[in-house]
Amino acid sequence: MKKRFMKNRRLFIGAVITGIMVLLAVAGVFFTPYDPNAMDTSAKLAGISLKHLMGCDNFGRDILSRILSGLGTTMLVALGTVFIGVFFGTIIGAFTGYYGGIPDEVLMRFNDAVLAFPSLLLALVFISVMGAGKLNVTIALGILFIPSYARIMRGEFLRCKNLDYVRSARLMGASDIRIMFVHILPNTVQVMLSTIAIGFNNAVLAEAGMSYLGIGVQPPDSSLGRMLSEAQSYLFIRPGYAVCTGTAIVLLILGFAMLSEGLEKNA
Amino acid sequence: MLDVIDLNIEFHDHLTPETVVYDFDLHLDEGEIVGIVGESGSGKSMSALAIAGLLSRKHMKKRGQILFDGVDLLTCSRNVLRKYQGNDICMVFQEPMTSLNPVKRIGWQVGESLRIHTSLSEEQIKEKVLKILKDVELDDPEGVYDKYPHELSGGMRQRVMIAAALVCDPKILIADEPTTALDVTVQAQIIRLLKRINKKTGTAILFISHDLSVVRKLCGRVLVMYQGRIVESGDVNEVFDSPKEDYTKRLISAIPKMEKLKYEQ
Ligand SMILES: Nc1ncnc2c1ncn2[C@@H]1O[C@H](COP(=O)(O)OP(=O)(O)OP(=O)(O)O)[C@@H](O)[C@H]1O
Ligand SMILES: [Mg+2]
Repeated sequence: MKKRFMKNRRLFIGAVITGIMVLLAVAGVFFTPYDPNAMDTSAKLAGISLKHLMGCDNFGRDILSRILSGLGTTMLVALGTVFIGVFFGTIIGAFTGYYGGIPDEVLMRFNDAVLAFPSLLLALVFISVMGAGKLNVTIALGILFIPSYARIMRGEFLRCKNLDYVRSARLMGASDIRIMFVHILPNTVQVMLSTIAIGFNNAVLAEAGMSYLGIGVQPPDSSLGRMLSEAQSYLFIRPGYAVCTGTAIVLLILGFAMLSEGLEKNA
Repeated sequence: MLDVIDLNIEFHDHLTPETVVYDFDLHLDEGEIVGIVGESGSGKSMSALAIAGLLSRKHMKKRGQILFDGVDLLTCSRNVLRKYQGNDICMVFQEPMTSLNPVKRIGWQVGESLRIHTSLSEEQIKEKVLKILKDVELDDPEGVYDKYPHELSGGMRQRVMIAAALVCDPKILIADEPTTALDVTVQAQIIRLLKRINKKTGTAILFISHDLSVVRKLCGRVLVMYQGRIVESGDVNEVFDSPKEDYTKRLISAIPKMEKLKYEQ
């Protein structure tokens, strides 16, 4: 197991990058060089220096501190999104895939309809109804992610439900719920893990996009997307601002993408 | 104990309904071993699956009665049926390679019926599972307990399947060509094992096979099926020594010479 893990370079690098990002995010909760929201008017748009390793933004806030705390926000939103999507997607997918029939048809067509909309647009609708903020963004994105997870899990349950070992379980007198969640679910873990990784990335991007548009995470919370949109105005004066924030997003996604590809290859 | 009366099985998943089993009758007493023989596609598996309650109720029409201790398994509720499945009626399939869940340990899978039908603690279940693994003559029950299916050979898996089927002391074991996928020596061991289990626990066995010599060795009575119907039934020796139906005669004459020598001994 360990050997295979090391041999799979993509998985290894992905795990290292993701591990570092998670560590940084966790560290950011307890310790940042400066208070991420403290403004220092004398350091407005300060360049890179020993005092401010990544410089300061237009309010004189330390960018490194803001990235560290923003990383946490972004990850939390992404994890929450994935959790909502996977949890409900798995339940819906399990029932529709396992039972089939008319409810399955209806739900899947509804799914198609939801998937046909650009998700950002739907998220906009949600937010305009529920209001912006960390929690609402998570819920909105999570709900939007349910259909695609439901579809994938449905496929898995459809594939497994006619296999011999499921028939054996039925023959032992196992209830449908038990068959679905005790016998079939563990067999879908491989697929679930890689879709979780891809979904996590989509969630990071979606959160960044929404925050960039100003409908995502609201101040005083910092988020990578929000910082990127602020950095845009100073792209030519202080390119370091955008570059540092962008790099954080890219690393976060790259790590997870490699992790998921590695997982798929390991399957 | 088990009485199947005029069972008809009709498929309804195509445009025209298709009957695959006609007027199937079967009586099985405690401790009996009854064989079903017949060519491929004659409806042996369908009848067995119907008795085990595994045919979906949606795509199939089933007429007749399957009475187990007086309860009709065809019309009783799913919950009642589930109480019998795994506890009183068990089945071993033809294909030992795919019948086990690839991501669960053997011990867990064998104990599953106990988990469903009894309120034994995990330790008691483990104890019983180890005992049954030993009863099906696996060499290293403790080792097998912690293994995954892909770590076992086909013969071992079939033994595990039999163990999983027998762990609740069922009254009926349905074995649908349990040895077809195995090589001849393992085949013989499994047959002997079934016979021993039948003697020891009194579990009735419904044994489905193409292999007439095996059926003759193992079973007391035999049903011969042809195109969805039972064409002949009775005591094995009588049926095989003096077949009345044309089809049975042809079936017996189709045994290759070498086999015949073996089977006449
Ligand atoms: N889904 C289905 N729709 C229609 N007919 C089916 C379906 N499944 C099986 N059958 C038919 O049922 C008949 C009986 O099949 P069954 O599996 O019982 O045969 P069998 O005697 O067990 O054969 P074998 O010895 O090869 O296992 C076959 O003629 C088959 O074509
Ligand atoms: Mg068959």
